[in-house]
Amino acid sequence: MSLKVIKAGILDTIQDMGRYGYQQLGINPNGAMDKYAMQIANALVGNDLQEAVIELHFPGSVFRFTQPTLIALSGADFSPSINGVPVPLHHCIAVNKKDELQFNKPVSGARAYIAVHGGLEIKEWLQSRSTNLKAGAGGFRGRNLNKNDELLLKSKNDFCYLLQGNDSKILPWFAGFAANEHSPEIFFLPGNEWEWLTEESKKIFTTTPFVITEQSDRMGYRLENTPLITLTNEEVVSSAVGFGTIQLLPVGKLIVLMADHQTTGGYPRVAHVITAHQSRLAQMKTGDEIWFRLTDHQTAEELLVKQQQHLLQLQNACIFRLQEYLHADRY
Amino acid sequence: MNYLNIPYRIFPLGDSAITVDFGNVIDEAVNNEVIGRFHQLKNYPLHGMIEMIPAYSSLTIRYDVCTVRKNTTIDITAFDWMKNKLDELLQLPMSAPQTSSRLLQIPVCYENGFAPDIKQLAAIKNLPVEEVIQVHTAREYKVYMLGFLPGFAYMGELDEKIAIPRKAQPQITFPGSVGIAGKQTGIYPLRSPGGWQIIGRTPLKLFDADREDPTLFQAGDTVKFYSITENNFYEIQNSLSFKRGDWSKV
Repeated sequence: MSLKVIKAGILDTIQDMGRYGYQQLGINPNGAMDKYAMQIANALVGNDLQEAVIELHFPGSVFRFTQPTLIALSGADFSPSINGVPVPLHHCIAVNKKDELQFNKPVSGARAYIAVHGGLEIKEWLQSRSTNLKAGAGGFRGRNLNKNDELLLKSKNDFCYLLQGNDSKILPWFAGFAANEHSPEIFFLPGNEWEWLTEESKKIFTTTPFVITEQSDRMGYRLENTPLITLTNEEVVSSAVGFGTIQLLPVGKLIVLMADHQTTGGYPRVAHVITAHQSRLAQMKTGDEIWFRLTDHQTAEELLVKQQQHLLQLQNACIFRLQEYLHADRY
Repeated sequence: MNYLNIPYRIFPLGDSAITVDFGNVIDEAVNNEVIGRFHQLKNYPLHGMIEMIPAYSSLTIRYDVCTVRKNTTIDITAFDWMKNKLDELLQLPMSAPQTSSRLLQIPVCYENGFAPDIKQLAAIKNLPVEEVIQVHTAREYKVYMLGFLPGFAYMGELDEKIAIPRKAQPQITFPGSVGIAGKQTGIYPLRSPGGWQIIGRTPLKLFDADREDPTLFQAGDTVKFYSITENNFYEIQNSLSFKRGDWSKV
């Protein structure tokens, strides 16, 4: 009753919405980089939106199922296939015992998600199932997935009857709006030290593209552009930072903090990526361009509320379709 | 403890967090205010609040935008709602001081193998190594905040006599390493690259994911170091019961 790793990927971890409540102890929140995609995958298989999922980077792990179950894939398109047959993102897929799921090539995006119906049997650490690689805790044994790891499934439901002898079956519902709008536009709110930037630097910030460098990972993305200049040599006493905080390094370069960010920092916080665009940002990779666009709180909050409403609608629709489908099929 | 009426400023930290800033300084009175307000809000949490992150001179509150907005009219943003609530709260005096009153005694071995930077520090400061140790162990330090790594406590204020800037190049630092950066002192809970000047190491485990309280320190704690030999170090390390509360019997 499990999902077995038969070949390890480069960095595949268990993640959920993140570990909040412990940043006061220096314990960073972690969690999925693209929480929107993570929640879409959960909705599609009828899960609680916050259920833990597998986050994959390319090249991703190869998995074998030891029982029939329902899965959904979302986020990056790594050209997934089951037993060699391509399967789509953003659908609910019934998979059979001994099926092998693999990811063939990176087509778009940077992080893919697998949700399994009922969720994975992962013990909580400090109220979250997210992997904290730095602390070596949470998720699956506090580390990324290795060959022969076996992820137990919470649900013991047997979906064998759905498959009628097939290897896998794409169920007839999907998340239409989920397809990531691959826009390089990232909305930001000014940070407390925004006014430290010279007018010229503000102009560079808002009117020229920043390129994501190779020094980018789950902790943060370092960005390349003309160095920015501040009007003051004042220093920031260490204070809280967050997912999306854009810090100005002493060399004039920017770093955007991502899911594995430190809890506090002492660099000027020139801006913050709005929460609704963090998902978009999480799917960008080395070499991609970011165009920052100034926005306001009203817009940032409305976009976030809208995302949440979409997710709840999707979840309700999927639960309804799932019940209906399972019922119809059985009788 | 004495609470002053410290002026503050409130600013957004993105769209899901709000910071109350008491002045961008490292100052014990200011930090007392931060920790006092932290405990006050812990006892009377605001609607939609997810967590708080106290720092040297600021308190940051993360909140759930959707939860806050459900309770507000359409004309007001979640940020404005939080800001108003905080303004109201900060007008109120704090009741009895609620900061931690714990005194933690931390054994530190200042011997060579554990103190790669102590000789150079002594040379730069023109002090014998023994005096560096004596100065470091003489004072009680306050834990101003935790950050950087799980369980990493920023403590101060260090005697000017042994204050020294951090290294130009961070180096791999072992768990338990006691460091100095400017007028701060701190201990690395995990193996990590670090720029602080390392003058000793404690055998205590500052972070343990399996403990109920995974970190040893909390903001507001008082800490005093005492010097141990290399033999003591290994004895303690081997005999330690790492549960919080037990360690102080060491």
